[in-house]
Amino acid sequence: MHGANLLEIYVFVLAGFVGFFTITRVPALLHTPLMSATNAISAISLVGSLVLAGADRGLLATVLGFIAVTSATINVVGGFIITDRMLKMFKRAGPPRTAAGEKR
Amino acid sequence: MSPRTVVIEAAYLAASLLFILGLRSLTVPDRARRGMQLAALGMLVAVVGTLLNHDIVRYDWIIAGLVLGSLIGYPLGVYVPMTAMPQRIAISHMFGAVAATLVGVAEYWTLGNGALVGRAEMAALGFEVLFGSLTITGSFMAFGKLQELLPSRPLTFRGQNVLSVGMFLAALGLFTWLLVDPAHPHAFYAMVALGLVFGVSLVLPIGGADMPVVISLLNSYAGLASAATGFAIGNNVLIIAGALDGASGFILSIIMSRAMNRSFTNVLFGAFGAAPQASAKTTAGLAVHAITPEDAAIQLAYARLVIVVPGYGMAVAQAQHQVRELAALIEKNGGTVLYAIHPVAGRMPGHMNVLLAEADVPYDKLKEMDDVNGDFKNADVALVIGANDVVNPAARTDKGSPIYGMPILNVDEAKQVIVLKRSMNPGFAGIENELFYRDNTAMLFGDAKQSIGKVIHEVKQQA
Repeated sequence: MHGANLLEIYVFVLAGFVGFFTITRVPALLHTPLMSATNAISAISLVGSLVLAGADRGLLATVLGFIAVTSATINVVGGFIITDRMLKMFKRAGPPRTAAGEKR
Repeated sequence: MSPRTVVIEAAYLAASLLFILGLRSLTVPDRARRGMQLAALGMLVAVVGTLLNHDIVRYDWIIAGLVLGSLIGYPLGVYVPMTAMPQRIAISHMFGAVAATLVGVAEYWTLGNGALVGRAEMAALGFEVLFGSLTITGSFMAFGKLQELLPSRPLTFRGQNVLSVGMFLAALGLFTWLLVDPAHPHAFYAMVALGLVFGVSLVLPIGGADMPVVISLLNSYAGLASAATGFAIGNNVLIIAGALDGASGFILSIIMSRAMNRSFTNVLFGAFGAAPQASAKTTAGLAVHAITPEDAAIQLAYARLVIVVPGYGMAVAQAQHQVRELAALIEKNGGTVLYAIHPVAGRMPGHMNVLLAEADVPYDKLKEMDDVNGDFKNADVALVIGANDVVNPAARTDKGSPIYGMPILNVDEAKQVIVLKRSMNPGFAGIENELFYRDNTAMLFGDAKQSIGKVIHEVKQQA
């Protein structure tokens, strides 16, 4: 295994930790938006699909790339819109808490 | 590094930071929206950066894919009703997995059908197509069940678990073979096919009530497939975003399993309800106490504290707006209305919260189980709307019950319990609920939306 792969494993593990500590703090209230948000974010596989569709490595690869770009774009566009739609609905009754604990 | 590469990598780094900031913002509801808009900006930055890539020599298929994807994605974002959110999320896991799997298959194919694939890359590609393929069909089956194209009860047959596990082991065997020598195209494509079939056999035996765990698990797999894509094509932003998604889905599935007091294995291979265990207690000979909307209105109109316990039945009847209207009337009379949300109420994590937020219920009135359970003893009325297992006292007392040990909402401690239910048919899991037969429980039968409509009418008459 060469150096680049090892570095990638570092990145994966560290990102997983960041994800773990961030997401355990998301309240159950927002679990549905959380799921649609992470789904939209992981549609970043669009990046790989774009290269595949545009690299001209033969018709099969290009067509598979085209389908992949389409699928990933559906999640990017639809995912961020629907997450925003959901988050827009969550309103509180009282005035927003401005305690220091909220800001940090 | 060429200047162009530097720009691309900088774009990816910016995107990764914006994604993490976006997820972090979800810890505070008031800031969540702005944070996710930043994450969307991050996505745009990453896409623009990618288009500068040297390998991209033609843009026709890219533009076609982006346009078609936007044309399909936009209505899926704008017009899908909140009640359809579980199936909407399930199908989006499928789209994500399709993208990851196809990139993996094409990568393998363009590298001389495996001849030019190194072992490390084969490991990444293997995880990518395995997680991807089982998520494609698994999510599609989950979508089918939630959309009621397929029966939501568990579909089982003899030897199903053996077959599922066998297929999974066969896929792992092929994967191991490919790691030893990647240049076996037949093994590679057979592995993809096995993954697809395994996804079907994994989800078919899982019933509707267990969907929160399954959706979370598929969410995790879709993320891991993306991360594996990142390993395969050496792209860090994919690894980071995939790891975040994988972690999120994993945490949610743990929370959901815990809320049902069951293990993953039990959810996946237990086929809840397929072989109904005899409950230790039977309710034969007991009578329920049915009431009319008028009676319910009398109890609710001047109650000081009402705790609403919504369940999947509220979603089916789409009664959330009526619930909100009734709550407004009670509040006008000086009462307080809270909502007790069980983690697995509904068909996906947070399902009830989204529906009630859609009906303009302020989110500070939506209480998590542990925060609200102490309040039931002070409640004049606990109004149970289409919830069953999450309020079944058997979970506390009856060791023979399949749901024994599951944390539940303590509605039975309220002075009066009013249960809105379609009929006395036991819920999906086929478990009798002794709550319905208690002295302080009254049953209001009928469609939840219509029943609450009548109660609202009666409360208005009294005012």
